[in-house]
Amino acid sequence: MSIDVHSQGATGSGTGGGTAPAAVRGRARRRIDWGRYHTWAVLAWLFAPIVFMIVFSFNDPAGRHNITWQGFTLRWYQNAFAHTELNEAMLNSVSIALLSMVIAGGLGTLLGLALGRFDFRGKQLTNLVMFAAISAPEVVLGAALLSTFLMMNVTTGYWTTVIAHVMFCVSFVAITVRARVITLDPRLEEAARDLGAGPWDTFRLVTLPMLFPAIMAGGLLAFALSIDDYIITSFVSGDVTTFPLWIWGATRVGIPPQVNVMGTLLFAVGLLLAVVNIAMARRRATAKD
Amino acid sequence: MAPTSTTQPEAPEAGAAPAAGPAISLAGVVKSFRAGSETVRAVDGVDLEIERGEFFSLLGPSGCGKTTTMRVIAGFEDPTEGVVRLDGRDVTGVAANHRDVNMVFQSYALFPHMSVADNVAFGLRRKRVPKAEVTRRVGRILDLVELGHRARHRPSQLSGGQQQRVALARALVNEPSALLLDEPLGALDLKLRQSMQVELKRIQREVGITFVYVTHDQGEALTMSDRIAVMNNGVVEQLGVPAEIYERPATRFVADFIGTSNLVRGVVRAATGDLWKVEVADGATALAAELPGTVTTGSHIHLTVRPEKVRIGTDQPEGEVSRVPGTVAETVYMGAATHYQVDIGGGEEITVYQQNASGSTLVAARGERVWLSWRPEHSYALPS
Repeated sequence: MSIDVHSQGATGSGTGGGTAPAAVRGRARRRIDWGRYHTWAVLAWLFAPIVFMIVFSFNDPAGRHNITWQGFTLRWYQNAFAHTELNEAMLNSVSIALLSMVIAGGLGTLLGLALGRFDFRGKQLTNLVMFAAISAPEVVLGAALLSTFLMMNVTTGYWTTVIAHVMFCVSFVAITVRARVITLDPRLEEAARDLGAGPWDTFRLVTLPMLFPAIMAGGLLAFALSIDDYIITSFVSGDVTTFPLWIWGATRVGIPPQVNVMGTLLFAVGLLLAVVNIAMARRRATAKD
Repeated sequence: MAPTSTTQPEAPEAGAAPAAGPAISLAGVVKSFRAGSETVRAVDGVDLEIERGEFFSLLGPSGCGKTTTMRVIAGFEDPTEGVVRLDGRDVTGVAANHRDVNMVFQSYALFPHMSVADNVAFGLRRKRVPKAEVTRRVGRILDLVELGHRARHRPSQLSGGQQQRVALARALVNEPSALLLDEPLGALDLKLRQSMQVELKRIQREVGITFVYVTHDQGEALTMSDRIAVMNNGVVEQLGVPAEIYERPATRFVADFIGTSNLVRGVVRAATGDLWKVEVADGATALAAELPGTVTTGSHIHLTVRPEKVRIGTDQPEGEVSRVPGTVAETVYMGAATHYQVDIGGGEEITVYQQNASGSTLVAARGERVWLSWRPEHSYALPS
């Protein structure tokens, strides 16, 4: 598009010359600039905080506050796990996120299968509840969960946090899997049945592998949602501290650079997974042996 | 073939698989679907006996019930009424995975996450065939369809024709008592379709398995089949060998659906010897060798005659033939043949295919008077 506008402007000034109104040319030029730079502007806007986080994981701050650049050091990487409390919080976050991923992944897959394949009573209601869980404000969900746990006399802590995370993650997995189920060719399962596979073998050997990318995507989404959840967790975690909760608590006394280190490591692992995923997809697409 | 299933309750009359008798038999099969408030009878009382080793086609327009009939045989649909027997064994209500038939789907339905070899081995592995034998049989069948060098590839890396052959191999490797093919060549282009027709026929001869072939392509059905069942509106309109279906269509639908047919209205006048005189158009006389049982003098009928069976000339023909005068309404030069549309009066037209065997000589130009003639045995009377 930007090329079209540009060539139009060029021919305009080339043939019409002096008669072309300056205002039109000015507008055309401004649009060209936007076309060329706004992608980069958006990307910069998106990645600035991350770049900031990574850069300051190498900072050597003078005081307790890691907010002005003082000098380069690898110190924080050498003792990344020096804060016992921070380590514990991180460990909690990772284990809760893994549990949420597995449990929400399993439940969400079954839910997505049912919603994508079968007509049953309460299907519309289930859809409604799922979208409600996604769109309801987290503060409301957190407060509601807390009062539910209190009413049921459940002591809040690690497991109530897991339950809460599974609750808000399961809808995302279910929706991802349902989308895949709907587009699945029913003939594939018929072919498996035709070739002698019973219902379980058909599911295990054909349906599940076909759904696997969607389950994986949903599971990773669940992991990402869980590991950085603050609002709901703050209501239901009781004595247990997670990574986001610990950082929030630390802001008052100054965030140690180890937080940046861990954040950077998390980001690196995520990036690595994404790259591996893309590489594998590309290899699958082009492999010819 | 050996019976594969022991888990199903035996039907009362089923003993050990008998050697004689049809491979597949359908008796009074009805399949109705609920579409909103009304019930649609997709298959409306079909009786079929398909012989062992036969190439049998179910031919008809889309929506005629041919695919549903096949799905009833495969076990994907339970018939609303009627009985399905495979090798004499009642399999009505038996699940698809317990039936000794395999299907080739129109969309191939190859498992995209498996290699070609794994796709083909799928059925054998379900039957717990020993590993070495699986490898041997998969290799042999891939050689048969000339895809041995593609065993390690994914289906998505193959061309349409190759995928089609994998689908065929995946079904054939199980050595089923019958192979069901649902418009398997529908997705291929014309050239490939023609070479695959020959290929399919060769494979069927080599393995000797019963083929049930669903198609809407009459040319495909005529060239490949031992017998054809022409279906329309859920019933079998005619069942017979290809020549019979083509030469002697039993109903107006079959005459119309298979090839090009002239249908001329007429009134039965009298019998002279073995031949019936039929008055057509504006008083011309056509001869018919046979009439349907219910037809007598004075009955209104339709006469059918294939365009290539009609002779066209400027002189009045001699002998015991149908003689119909007319005016050439249109001529179309087709290379190998010339097609004439001849107006015979009474609002009726007859199409004539004339081979251009000795040059492209035009028998008659547009607007000229001509005589049409055909032998009595080439036209059949169908009740109006």
